[in-house]
Amino acid sequence: MFESPTLQTLTDYNIWIALPAIALAFGTMFLLVIDVFLPANRKHWTPILALVGIGISFLINLFTYNPEQTSTFGGMFVADAFTGFLNIVVLITAFISVLLSTDYLRRTETNHGEYYILLLLSATGAMFMVGANDLIVIFIGLELLSIPLYILSAFRVTYTDDRDATFVLKSEESGMKYFILGAFSSAFLVYGSALLFGATGTTNLREIFAAVGPILESSAENSGALLLLIGAALSLVGLGFKIAAVPFHMWTPDVYEGAPTPITAYMSVAAKVGGFAALFRLMIVGLSGLTLDAGVDPAAWQGTIQVIAAVTLILGNFVALSQTNIKRMLAYSSIAHAGYILMAVAAVGSAGLVPDIANTAAQAGLVYLLAYAFTNLGAFAVVLALENNDGTGTELSDFNGLYNSRPMLALAMALFMFSLTGIPLTAGFMGKWLVFSAAVQAGLIPLTIIGVLTSVISAFYYVRVIVNMFLLTEDEGSPAVGETAPVRYAVYASMAGVLIVGIAVPLVTNLVNMVSLV
Amino acid sequence: MDFVVPTEFFFVLSLVLFVLGALGVLLRKNAILVFMSVELMLNSANLALVAFARQWNSLNGHIFVFFVMTVAAAEVAVGLALIVAIFKSKRSINIDDLHQMEG
Repeated sequence: MFESPTLQTLTDYNIWIALPAIALAFGTMFLLVIDVFLPANRKHWTPILALVGIGISFLINLFTYNPEQTSTFGGMFVADAFTGFLNIVVLITAFISVLLSTDYLRRTETNHGEYYILLLLSATGAMFMVGANDLIVIFIGLELLSIPLYILSAFRVTYTDDRDATFVLKSEESGMKYFILGAFSSAFLVYGSALLFGATGTTNLREIFAAVGPILESSAENSGALLLLIGAALSLVGLGFKIAAVPFHMWTPDVYEGAPTPITAYMSVAAKVGGFAALFRLMIVGLSGLTLDAGVDPAAWQGTIQVIAAVTLILGNFVALSQTNIKRMLAYSSIAHAGYILMAVAAVGSAGLVPDIANTAAQAGLVYLLAYAFTNLGAFAVVLALENNDGTGTELSDFNGLYNSRPMLALAMALFMFSLTGIPLTAGFMGKWLVFSAAVQAGLIPLTIIGVLTSVISAFYYVRVIVNMFLLTEDEGSPAVGETAPVRYAVYASMAGVLIVGIAVPLVTNLVNMVSLV
Repeated sequence: MDFVVPTEFFFVLSLVLFVLGALGVLLRKNAILVFMSVELMLNSANLALVAFARQWNSLNGHIFVFFVMTVAAAEVAVGLALIVAIFKSKRSINIDDLHQMEG
């Protein structure tokens, strides 16, 4: 029989543990209503309110941060150190992206309130994804993360009469390509989920884990093991598109180049955080028992992930060498960084039988995501500061002599490039060091060697930006029309983040060392 | 005696539909036909989900299907809006005409 819900029922169901995500969802809906009633001369309040919403969710997340794993919504959503930490990454990303957006939207005449609402909705989706413990929630979170991004990628189209302008054509092409490949990849994820459900009879990841062992033992008389393997492979394809791993990366450079720069900054981090969170949960919580010989072999998928990681590292870094547009270069660099985080996933899978090493590897992946978030957001903030209203000013040659005209921006960009390369005392170094040492502990020596070598190669294209800025000269410096106060704050915040993660290491490792997925 | 269609039949049909949909996405040039192919892939997953849900006697599969249908509807709304925007500026919805960016 049904009982009428009371406040007591709500607390029994632990709904408060999903409060950071719920608060952001409510804040978004609130903003949607408020924005309609704001008079035209008060529209600048929308981004401020969006920042307030993100801040409130961030505070709630800090206060409810609890390393003990608790679950709600019938076990579909879990809150633990993993969720809490990645929530922080997502919220920081959303905050800095809103800071980057305000002036950009004004000067490109696309200043519409729904932009911020879509951005927050997408962040909400990412937050549900990082807490997802069920195939259904992973799917919904992924779609809530992606669908607003399809719209935002094409946002420069809105209300423009000048439909032949290159930046409009690029933006709508970017949205279209992202949409087609995004929908294609979610279809793979859904079909993979359907097969996993068919094999195990449940969509809950912990129950899938419990069901995998018996299925493998009795696989002689049923086809459950085959369903599991195909389901895992199709889900991996679906998530591989989202994190832009080779061979599912083709959309990345075009989408990153054509999308409005603040959106490029946002999606290069948030989509990867969401995708990797789902990948970690699905592969490790759900399918770590999917082995060819239970109790002896590591998970069956980890070999595949190793190969994907190696190919991603090599292709991402080598193709980035030949790019002349900074947005495309950063797109290939983001593909390469997906490879480093995949190394952590492979290490967890390979060390799955030794929980200590597996957890260290998972923590390394999380630190890498945080480091990558600060560094990439900062790099895109500098790109945005130099970009002209018509989308030009993003070639590598536009950075020539930047140190003479804008020393502050040049120094910031140099720091971000050092961090992307992995020079000590920056966040990027910490991330790489932790991931490489976890991979070595897990016994992935060849993959680690590929990782180190490709890092060295990556120095060529990152340092080329620095050489352009400091050693080459240009008669006329870049006008840097985008260098306004909010953008400068975003650059400072990212610099602070890069240095804090790079130097005050214990601060970050204390946050993640309670993460245990295995 | 009632004849109950075995789950395998549904599964094989859904697999065929999924492969047809995937081929459609890869081979078709018209954006609307590409969307229809994506829808076919999602619906093949729906078919597999309900068939498995019946076999396991579990509600989760049915619930999943409802969410997939809702999301597919939302996706189509966004996709058709993008097609209209592109048609306005290019007078074409052939996805081979989308080559503004190279490299």
